[in-house]
Amino acid sequence: MLNYALRRVLLAVPTLLFISLVIFLLLEASPGDPLGDIPMTIPPEIRDRMREALGLGQAWYVRYVMWLQQFFWVEPLHAFDQIFGTGFSRGMQRIISFQTRSPAFDVIAQRLPQTLTVVGLSYVLGILIAVPIGIVSAYRQYSWFDQIGTFISMVGFSLPTFFTGVVLIIVFGIKLQWLPTIYDTTLRVTDWTSLVQQVRQMAMPVTVLALFNAAQISRFMRASMLDNLRQDYVRTARAKGLKERVVVLKHVLRNSLIPVVTVIALGLPAVFGGAIITEQVFKVNGLGQLLILAINSNDIPMVMTLTFIFAILIVAFTLIADLLYGLLDPRIRYD
Amino acid sequence: MRLKTLMLGAAASVALAPSAFAERGSDGQVNIIYWQAPSTLNPYLSSGTKDLEASSLVIEPLAGFDEKGVVFPRLAAEIPSVENGGISQDLKSVTWKLKPGLKWSDGTPLTSEDVKFTADYCMNPEGGCAQLARYEGIDSIETPDPLTVVIHFREPRPNPFTAFTGAQSPVLQKAQFGKCVGSGASACTAENFGPIGTGPFRVVEFRTNDSVTLEANPNYRDPEKPAFAKAVLKGGGDAAAAARAVLETGEFDYAWNTLVPPDALKGMAAAGKGKIVTGFGTLVERIEMNLTDPSPDLPEGERATARHPHPILSDERVRRALSMAIDRTLLTEIGFGDAGRPTCNLVPAPETFASDNTGCLEQDIEGAKKLLDEAGWAPGADGIRQKDGKPLELLFQSSVNPIRQDFQALIKQWWQEIGVATELKSVDPSVFFGGDAGSPDTFQRFYADVEMYANNFDGTDPEPYLARYTCEKAPGPESQWQGENVNRYCDPEYDRLIVELGKTADIGQRADLAKRLNDMITKDSMTIVPLVDRGRVSAHSNRLGGVILNTWDSELWNVADWTRVK
Repeated sequence: MLNYALRRVLLAVPTLLFISLVIFLLLEASPGDPLGDIPMTIPPEIRDRMREALGLGQAWYVRYVMWLQQFFWVEPLHAFDQIFGTGFSRGMQRIISFQTRSPAFDVIAQRLPQTLTVVGLSYVLGILIAVPIGIVSAYRQYSWFDQIGTFISMVGFSLPTFFTGVVLIIVFGIKLQWLPTIYDTTLRVTDWTSLVQQVRQMAMPVTVLALFNAAQISRFMRASMLDNLRQDYVRTARAKGLKERVVVLKHVLRNSLIPVVTVIALGLPAVFGGAIITEQVFKVNGLGQLLILAINSNDIPMVMTLTFIFAILIVAFTLIADLLYGLLDPRIRYD
Repeated sequence: MRLKTLMLGAAASVALAPSAFAERGSDGQVNIIYWQAPSTLNPYLSSGTKDLEASSLVIEPLAGFDEKGVVFPRLAAEIPSVENGGISQDLKSVTWKLKPGLKWSDGTPLTSEDVKFTADYCMNPEGGCAQLARYEGIDSIETPDPLTVVIHFREPRPNPFTAFTGAQSPVLQKAQFGKCVGSGASACTAENFGPIGTGPFRVVEFRTNDSVTLEANPNYRDPEKPAFAKAVLKGGGDAAAAARAVLETGEFDYAWNTLVPPDALKGMAAAGKGKIVTGFGTLVERIEMNLTDPSPDLPEGERATARHPHPILSDERVRRALSMAIDRTLLTEIGFGDAGRPTCNLVPAPETFASDNTGCLEQDIEGAKKLLDEAGWAPGADGIRQKDGKPLELLFQSSVNPIRQDFQALIKQWWQEIGVATELKSVDPSVFFGGDAGSPDTFQRFYADVEMYANNFDGTDPEPYLARYTCEKAPGPESQWQGENVNRYCDPEYDRLIVELGKTADIGQRADLAKRLNDMITKDSMTIVPLVDRGRVSAHSNRLGGVILNTWDSELWNVADWTRVK
C-alpha cells in the first residue's frame, strides 16, 4: 500500500509539471491582453510602460520558469517564514497578480474561508440529504417516495444554478424580502444577531448548491444500494434470520457506501474550486469569483496559480479516492 | 458687553447646530455597490474607473471638477489663474498654495513635499504609472515652503489642470509611499490597499476585488463632515443586481453605473425605493471611417497605410451618405434610453466646447441615395450599387457587446436601403481594445472599412483628445500599430489649428478653435460619424441625500456631503 502510494506520488510530479506547462501555454496562446480593458484615454506609450512594469516584456519561457521558481520555492519559503518568523524569503519576488498588484497567494488565502464555508457547507448538507434519500429510494424502489426523490434529483440535475439562484433571489429576496440578495463578506460572527445574519445570507447560496450536490450523490447512492440489495449475501443474511434493519443498514449500506465515498472524495476538489456561477449570482466573492475575474482581465499569474492549485487538488484527491477504495474494500489490494 | 455677545452667539450656534448641520458620524453607515469590484486603492497602479472612484473616498487631489466640469479647490487654497498670479504669464509654470492646517488621517501635517513626492512617484520610469499622462511635460517641481508647490512645464501649458486635478491624480503621503518608488511599487501591498489620505474616509479593511470597509476620517478638514460614520463599498455581481439592490430591495444606498436595458431599469425604479440619476460627459459612440485601403490583397506593411487611399471611402460624398442613412434617435432609444442622446459632435461637452452641430440628427435616406448617385455609384441588379464593375461593399467591425451588435444590425439595414452591402464583424473586446501589435483585429490596426466603438476624454479640456487626429498620430507598421488617429486622417490645416490651440490660453478663443476642429473632423469631412452621446446612469436610495452625479470626476466626489434622509 505504502509502496503504491509512493509510486503514485512520484508519478504525479511529471504529470503536474506537464499540466502547468499546458495551462501556461494555453493562457499564452489565448487572445486578449492584460491591459485590454484599461480606458482608451491612456496613451499607447504609457500602456507600453505599464506592460513592462508587469514583466510582460520577457519571453514566455523565461516567465514560465520564473513562475515555477516562485510557486515551488519562493511561496513555500514565504509560508515557512510566516509560520516560524524567519526571514529566508526576504527580497524574493512572490507571484504578483496583474489586477491587484498584490501577492496571489494572499488573495487566495483571504478568499478560501468564504468559499469553504459556503461551498463546503453545501457539500456536507448535500451528502446529508442525499444518503438517506438514496437508501430509502432504493429500498422502496418505485414507491411514491422513490418517485418524488427521482423527480427532485432530476430537477436538481437539470436546472442550472444560475436559474435556481435567480429564482430564489426573486422570490425570497425581492418579492418576500426575507433574505438579503447580496452576501456581506465583511460580516464577523461574534454574537447571536450576527450568527442569525450569517445564516440568513448563507441560506440561498447553500440551498442552491446543496440541491445540486444532493441530486448527484443521491442517484449514486440509490444505484449502489440497488446493486447490493440483489446480492446473494443479502438473501443469506435474511435467511439466517437477521433483522431487516441490520441487513439494510449494516450489510447493504456499508457495501454500497464504498463507491459513493470515492465519488464524494473525487468531488471534494470542486469545493475548493468554488462555485463560479453561484458565487457570482449571490456575490459571495470567493475563489470561483476570483478565478472568473482573473480570466476576464487576463491576469495570467492569478489564473495560472489558481488553476494549478486545482490541478494539484484533483490529482491528490484522485489518489486519496483510490487509497480509500483499497482501505474500505478488502477485495482490492494494490501490492 | 463683548463677552455677552460672544456668549449669546455661542449659545445660538449650539441651539441651531443640530438642526442646520449634521454632525460627523451621526448618520450611521452608507452602503455603496460597485458591480465591478475595486482591485486596489492606488490609482497610480490601475486605471480602472472602479479603482479610481473607490480611492477617491480616501485620497484627494489638489483640485477636482464639479458637476459642471468647473475646477474647484480641494487641498489647494484657491485655483491658480493668470489673473491671481498662480499661472505665470508665459504659461510655463503654475503655483499651487495648499490650505493651511491640513492633516493626513494619521494626524501628521500635509506639506508640499507630499505633493512633489507624488509627481516623482508617478514619473519614475520603472513604476509603470497608469496616470503618467497627467504628469507629462513637467520639467521640475519646486517646494519653496511647506504650503507652496511650483510646477514648471517644458512647454507653455494653457491648461495646467492635469497633474493633481481630478480623481486620477490624488496626493499620496510621502512617509507612507517613500519606499514604494519605481520597481518596488507593486511589492507595497499594504500601502496600495490602505493608503493614508486626506479625504472624508479612511480604510479599515480592504478585500481586493471584493469590498472596502471605511470609517470617517477623524482629521478631515471640515469638522462636521462626513455625516456617515462608516462606509462600505461592496463589489461584484452585475449591473442589474446592483440596480436591484438599491431600487428594489433597498439593501444598498448607492449603485454605480447601473447600465441595464432602459425598460428593465424603469421597472425596478417603479418599486419606489430609489431614484435613477443620469449625467452626460464626453463619451461618444461613433463610427470611424477608414481613409486607407485595408484590402488583404495589399502586402503587409502597405495595407491600411496612407500610401493607399481607400477605394470607396476616400470620397467624402460616400461617407456623408452613410451618415445620412442613420437614424440616431432610434439607435439611442433602443440602446441607451434616457442614458443617451443623439449627437453629431466628437466633443459633445462641456458646453463651452460643444459645437452647435445638429445637421446629422434627421435621417435622410433619399438624400443619401442622391449623394451616392452623384458620386457615380449606380444601383446594380441586386440592389447593391456599383461603379466601374465594383460593388459598394463594406466590412463593418466592432467589439462584442449586445448593444453594439444591435446597432450594427440596424445600420446594416439602413445602408442596405441606400444600396450599400455591409458585412458585419465583431471582435472580443480584450482583443479589439488590447492594442497587441501582432493582432490583425485591433481597432488601431483597423483592417476593416468602418468600425464602431466609444471613446471619451479625461477632464474638461478637449485639446489632447482633438490632437489625436494629426497626421503623425496615424497608427502604421512603423509605429507598431500604435497611435490614436485610427482613420489615418491627415489635413495640414487641422495640424496647424492644433498647434495654435496649444498656444492659446484665453478660454473663449480655445473654445472657438476646439469647435472648428470638431467640425472639421465630423460634419465637414465625415471622417468620424458620431452616433450617441452616452451618459452615466447610477441609482441612489431615497434615504440617501446630497447625491450629485458628476461625470467629470469621481462619482463619489462629494461623498462628504452625503446624508441620511430621515
